[in-house]
Amino acid sequence: MKGLSINNISMRFDLKNGSSVQALKDVSLDIDEGQIITVLGPSGCGKTTLLNIVAGFLAPTEGKVILNEHIVQGPGAERGMVFQQGALFEWMNVRSNVAFGPRMKGMSKAEQDEKVKHLLEIVGLADFEDKAVYELSGGMQQRVALARCLANDPDVILMDEPLGALDALTREKMQGLVLKLWKETGKTIILITHSVEEAVLLGERLLVLAPRPGRIHKEYKLPFAEMGVNVDLREVKKADGYTETRDEILSIIWEMEEEIMGRAEEN
Amino acid sequence: MAILIFYIIIFIAAFYLVKIASSFTKSQDDFTSLKTVTFGDESAVSPNRAASFISVIAVFAIWAAFTGSKLIPIHVPGPFIGELSFSYTAMNASGQTDDADVTITVYDVQTGDIPDKLDIEPGTGFALNDTDQIITYRSGLIKVQKNDVGGKDKGYKVIAVNGQEILPEQEIFVDNARIYMTRKGTLSVTPEKGWQMQPVWLPAPETVWSRLVKVGSEGYKNFTLLEHLGWSLIRVVVGFLAGAIIGIPLGYAMGLSGWFRGWFDPIVEFMRPVPPLALIPLVIIWFGIGEQGKIILLFLASLWIMTISARAGVSGVNIAKIHAAYSLGASKWQIMRLVIVPNSLPEIFTGARVSMGVCWGTVVAAELVAAQKGAGMMIINASKFQMTDLVIMGIVLIGVIGYAIDILMRISENYLVPWKGK
Ligand SMILES: Nc1ncnc2c1ncn2[C@@H]1O[C@H](COP(=O)(O)OP(=O)(O)O)[C@@H](O)[C@H]1O
Ligand SMILES: [Mg+2]
Repeated sequence: MKGLSINNISMRFDLKNGSSVQALKDVSLDIDEGQIITVLGPSGCGKTTLLNIVAGFLAPTEGKVILNEHIVQGPGAERGMVFQQGALFEWMNVRSNVAFGPRMKGMSKAEQDEKVKHLLEIVGLADFEDKAVYELSGGMQQRVALARCLANDPDVILMDEPLGALDALTREKMQGLVLKLWKETGKTIILITHSVEEAVLLGERLLVLAPRPGRIHKEYKLPFAEMGVNVDLREVKKADGYTETRDEILSIIWEMEEEIMGRAEEN
Repeated sequence: MAILIFYIIIFIAAFYLVKIASSFTKSQDDFTSLKTVTFGDESAVSPNRAASFISVIAVFAIWAAFTGSKLIPIHVPGPFIGELSFSYTAMNASGQTDDADVTITVYDVQTGDIPDKLDIEPGTGFALNDTDQIITYRSGLIKVQKNDVGGKDKGYKVIAVNGQEILPEQEIFVDNARIYMTRKGTLSVTPEKGWQMQPVWLPAPETVWSRLVKVGSEGYKNFTLLEHLGWSLIRVVVGFLAGAIIGIPLGYAMGLSGWFRGWFDPIVEFMRPVPPLALIPLVIIWFGIGEQGKIILLFLASLWIMTISARAGVSGVNIAKIHAAYSLGASKWQIMRLVIVPNSLPEIFTGARVSMGVCWGTVVAAELVAAQKGAGMMIINASKFQMTDLVIMGIVLIGVIGYAIDILMRISENYLVPWKGK
C-alpha cells in the first residue's frame, strides 16, 4: 500500500533537570499518496517535532511512521525537506545546491545539469544557475530550496514554515507556486505553518494541533487547495465557506493561545 | 608635552579648516547628508578621508619639526649652535675684583667637524679671558680661574656673571645658555637645548630613511635586511601552518565527538588564556634558542586559536543544513566534506587572521629575547648600540609587515569565503 502512515506517535523529551516535556501524545494519521496536508497550531505544540519524526531526525518514544510499507528509521532521500530559511549551502551556487541530491546519488554531470535547468524553470528561476545563493532575495532562496528538494524526486515533501520569513506579497506568490508544484508533481506534501490563511488555502486536509501534550485537536477537509490550482488565490479567498472556515479556525487557535497565557499566569 | 599640545592644536585646527573648506563644496545628494539624526547612528559615521590624510601628514610634520629635519622648512627651535659669551667677576685672595670675558663655541658633533680653538686676547687685570668648546645638548665645566693670576689661591672665587651676583648652587641665564655654579665654585655652562629631540632619542625622518637605504644595501650583523625580515616571516608561516595543520582537525574532532571535546576541553581552555610570550622561558629551557624553539612557540601560539575557531565553525553550523543534507541522501563523510568543512571556513579564516597577528607579535618578541637574525633581533641589537634610527626603522617595518599580512588575509578571505557574513 502506497502512502504515509503515522501510527500512535508519542514523543517525550527528558530534560537535564529531571523534568520532561510531553511534546506529542498518541498522534495518528494516514495520508494517501498525493495529498497535501497543512498543520496548524500554537507555537510549541509539537509541529516541528512531528515533522522531524516523519523526516527521521528524531525517533519517537512510542509509535512508528510507515512510508510505502517501510518503517522510517532515519533520514532518507524519499522524504525531502524544505526549511524556513538558512538551509541552503551558501558556499555553492544555485546549480550545485539544486544538484546536491542527484550528485549524492551519483548521477552524471550532464544529467544533473539538465535536471537543474528543468527544475529552475519550473520554480521560475530560469538562468539563475550560476548565481550565488546569498545574492538572492528570500523568496528566490526558497524557490531554490523547493527545486533542491524536488531534484531528488522524493515521495513526500516535508515543509516546516517554508514561507514564514517572507513578506506578504512574496508569500502569496510562493503559495501559488507550492500549489502548482503539488499538482504538477503529484507529491505528498506536509506543510507546517503558523498562518491560518495559508493553512486554509493550501491544505486539502488541515490539522489543528493542541498543545501540552501535542495532539490532533481537529481535522478539516477543504476544497480550496484544489480550487487554487486553477484560480488566482485572491479569487479563492472569495469562495463560499472560505471566510467562515478561516474565522472558525482562527478562534480555535485564539482560545488555545489564551489558555496557554492563562496557564503561564497561574504559574 | 610640547609635542602633545602641538598635536592637539593641529587636530582642532584641521577639523575646523576642513569643515570650512568642505562647506563650500558640500554635496547634498548622498543619503547620509539627509539624515537628521547622525549622533549615535553608527552607520552615519564614515571615516573622514581628509582627516586620515591630515593625520598621517601631521605625524610626519611633527616628527620632522621636532627633529630639525631638512624635509620641511619650519622647525621648533633647535639647540643653540655658534659662539656665546659672558663675563665674570672674580675676587682674589686679597679682596680685589676684576672682570674677564668667556667665549664658548657650541658645535654639533653630528656634522663631524670640530671647530678650531678660538684665538683670544688674554685681557688685562688678574682675571684673564677664557675660551672653550661645548657639544650641543651637553654641559661644560668652565674653569675660568685656571688661567687667572692667583686663581689657585684659597680665597679666590667667582662672585658674579654678567654683573649679576652668583653663589655656589645658584644659576644665572645669559644669552643662549644657563650658567650654574657648582658647590665648589666652578661654572657649569649649558647652552640652550631648544625644543628639538636629540638624535639618540628620535632621529629625523631622513636619517631613518638613509639608515633603511644603508641597511637595505649593506645588511646588518651578517644578514641582509631581507634575510632578517624574511626569517621572521618564515618562522611565522611555518609556526602558523603547523598550528593550523594540527589545530583544525583537532577542532573538528572536538566539534564532532564528545570524547574528544571532553578530553581536550580542559587543555584548550587552560592554554587559551596563557599569553604565548609567557611560554618563551620554558620553550628556551626545553628547546634552546634555535629555530626549533621559535617555531614551537609560534606553533603553540596559533594552535589554540585555530583549534577554537575550527570547533566554533563546526558547532556553528545551522542544524537545518545538516538535516537538509541528510534528507538529500548525503552520507556522513559527504556531510563532513560538503557541509561541515565549508560551513566552518569563515570561522577558520577569522581564526587564521587573529592567529597570524598573534604569531607576528610573538616572533618579534621571541627574537628580542634571543636570536641571531630576525626583525626583533635587529632592533634589540640596535638599541644596545643606541642606533635609534635603526630601531625606528625596524619598528616601522614590523608594523608595515603586520599590516600587510592582515590585508593579505582579508583579500584571500573575500576571495575564498565570499559568503562570509551574508
Ligand atoms: N530537543 C528538545 N529537547 C527538549 N524539548 C524539546 C526539544 N524539541 C522540542 N522540545 C519541546 O517540545 C515542544 C514542541 O516543540 P516544537 O515541536 O518545536 O513546537 P512547534 O514547532 O509547534 O512550535 C516544546 O515545548 C519544546 O520546548
Ligand atoms: Mg516549529
